[in-house]
Amino acid sequence: MDKNNLKNIPKDLFVPLVRKEDTSEKISAPSRTFFQDAKRTLFSNKPAVFSMILILFIIIMSIVGPWMNNYGSDEQDLKRAKMPPRVPAFENVSWLGMNGTLSGTFQGKDVQQASAKAKARFDNKEEFIDLEVINKGDGTRNSAEVKATYRIYEAKDMKDTYFWFGSDALGRDQWTRLWEGTRVSLIIAFVAALLDLVIGVSYGGISAFYGGRVDNIMQRIAEILVGIPNLVIILLMMLVLKPGIISIVIALSITGWIGMSRIVRGEVLKLKNQEFVLASRTLGTSNGTIIRKHLVPNISGIIIINTMFSVPGAIFFEAFLSFIGLGIVPPDASLGSLIDLGFDNLRLYPYMLVFPAIVISVLMIAFNIVGDGLRDAFDPKMHK
Amino acid sequence: MTRYLLRRVWYMLITLFIIATFSFFLMKILPGSPLQAEDKLTEEQKEIILEKYGLNDPIPVQYAKYLGGLVKGDLGVSFKFDNTPVTTILFDRIGPSALLGFQALVIGSILGILLGLMASIFRNSPIDFSSTIIAVIGTSIPSFVFAGLLQYVFAVKLGWFPVALWGTPAHTILPTIALAIHPMATAARFTRTEMVEVLHSNYIITARAKGVAESGIILKHGLRNALIPLITVLGPMAVGLMTGSMVIEQIFAIPGIGEQFVTSVMVNDYPTIMGTTLLFAFGFIVIILIIDLLYGLIDPRIRLAGGK
Repeated sequence: MDKNNLKNIPKDLFVPLVRKEDTSEKISAPSRTFFQDAKRTLFSNKPAVFSMILILFIIIMSIVGPWMNNYGSDEQDLKRAKMPPRVPAFENVSWLGMNGTLSGTFQGKDVQQASAKAKARFDNKEEFIDLEVINKGDGTRNSAEVKATYRIYEAKDMKDTYFWFGSDALGRDQWTRLWEGTRVSLIIAFVAALLDLVIGVSYGGISAFYGGRVDNIMQRIAEILVGIPNLVIILLMMLVLKPGIISIVIALSITGWIGMSRIVRGEVLKLKNQEFVLASRTLGTSNGTIIRKHLVPNISGIIIINTMFSVPGAIFFEAFLSFIGLGIVPPDASLGSLIDLGFDNLRLYPYMLVFPAIVISVLMIAFNIVGDGLRDAFDPKMHK
Repeated sequence: MTRYLLRRVWYMLITLFIIATFSFFLMKILPGSPLQAEDKLTEEQKEIILEKYGLNDPIPVQYAKYLGGLVKGDLGVSFKFDNTPVTTILFDRIGPSALLGFQALVIGSILGILLGLMASIFRNSPIDFSSTIIAVIGTSIPSFVFAGLLQYVFAVKLGWFPVALWGTPAHTILPTIALAIHPMATAARFTRTEMVEVLHSNYIITARAKGVAESGIILKHGLRNALIPLITVLGPMAVGLMTGSMVIEQIFAIPGIGEQFVTSVMVNDYPTIMGTTLLFAFGFIVIILIIDLLYGLIDPRIRLAGGK
């Protein structure tokens, strides 16, 4: 096909190219800096862009979410405890599980026994329980099966009440608590990542830049610190400090910076003996300017990548600590403590676990994908 | 090599000493003593109890005794749990934890290596794509979220496996899967990156040029070299298994070290908490040491570089 096409082109269309001396060496595309290049690579990475949008959405929700309804995060009311999720628009979509009903299947030796079990489970309010016989049974144990749907909002005379994500064991609105918890988790993660960044970069930078005895002493200290598993340090710190946001940040940062400092030290050691730094030094540039103009721009990529990966790490550790009872304490919420409470009610009220679990999973996945995207974007091998 | 080993062991001892000291003084700062539960005792009885736990001695003497006990493997006596020595408590519970950790590590790494291998062979194919997704999800989602999902779907809803507790091999299946996800994802990611890099190296081109079969290239030349660096991620994996074991054992009510730790935290049983922490620290440090030594032994290039 191609060959035929080539032959079909009339000869007179071919015009000799006149070579002009002044334009042949001209650079046609604008020259881009390293950062512009990285930005282009990052924004052409669709999963990373999508993840950034997701993260932004969750951050915005964690700020405005609690204001979107009228419940407070610590308004306890046992009368409205453990209400299932109910959203006005989704009330008629039963598979979403947001229509404000509790349901379950009950077994018994016949339909009557199974129904009795269902009624006992759902506050004995017969008029609000819809029964649907799945299996009539043959009289043997647990052979009959009945699916019961309990319209709990009507039963409790709260027809105009909507708990979008349900309410927890103390009657607090899960929607409000979820977004406030997300906010707490995000604050901890960002502050811990920022502290890692500041301490790690200064420690590693100073150690490598001054070298010699300073480096030797600082590295011996770091070597011992790195040998102590950070899990152990974090657990011990959490025992000493009063549980709360600040304690978690301190516990996470006390060893978190070491990884960053090692990377920064390695990079600075590599850079500081290179010709462009030597040239700059020969010209009499001060240490401060060398650090600012030559070292920082060259290691900023690796610093950004590392910070990006320490955010999900901190989110995980906060959730882990709160989960084992060493983190955020009630009435405050965090993603970890909400998941912990969700586990206590997993069997009967799975929605209490589902929503915080989804938020933390989405956050972690999104941060990791953005981190991967940044790594690709800042890797010089990728730009050819 | 011997010099290196000695240096490493020396650092290990310093680290352990620091952790032990740190936890000892922590125990002294924190409120809580064996007396709290029995407030209505006479002075004499209190004296006897304090004497029994050695709490009457001046702090430096207690510290020396504590360190001496540590050398002999004595971690003190639990404030709760019928005054059982901490060592006994931990010793009784190490079995389930070790079994779960071992199963998860083996299953996780084998599946992960297979997944990574497939992804690197069929690069940029749907297999590669789905393996990347599995790896990202596996490294991102916290193990307790995953455990909750498994427990709800396979135990509560479908009833295929026991919901919790310990005993039969069936009890180990769900916790093992929940624990194995993270090592699997890490191994898959790592194997893929390494394989892609190795397959571009000169000795692979040489092997191709001399006509080695594709399977030989991938398995004999590629995978063997790609797997050597995998040893380095075993350390982070071990840490992941330790944090994982705490939450997973708690969720599935498994009588292991992790569950013991969480329970002790809840009842403020400091000697047990400190003992468990020390055990975790010791296990971690020994694993890192073994990994570093193994790495030097297996990869001849490293031995040559550091050869003395």
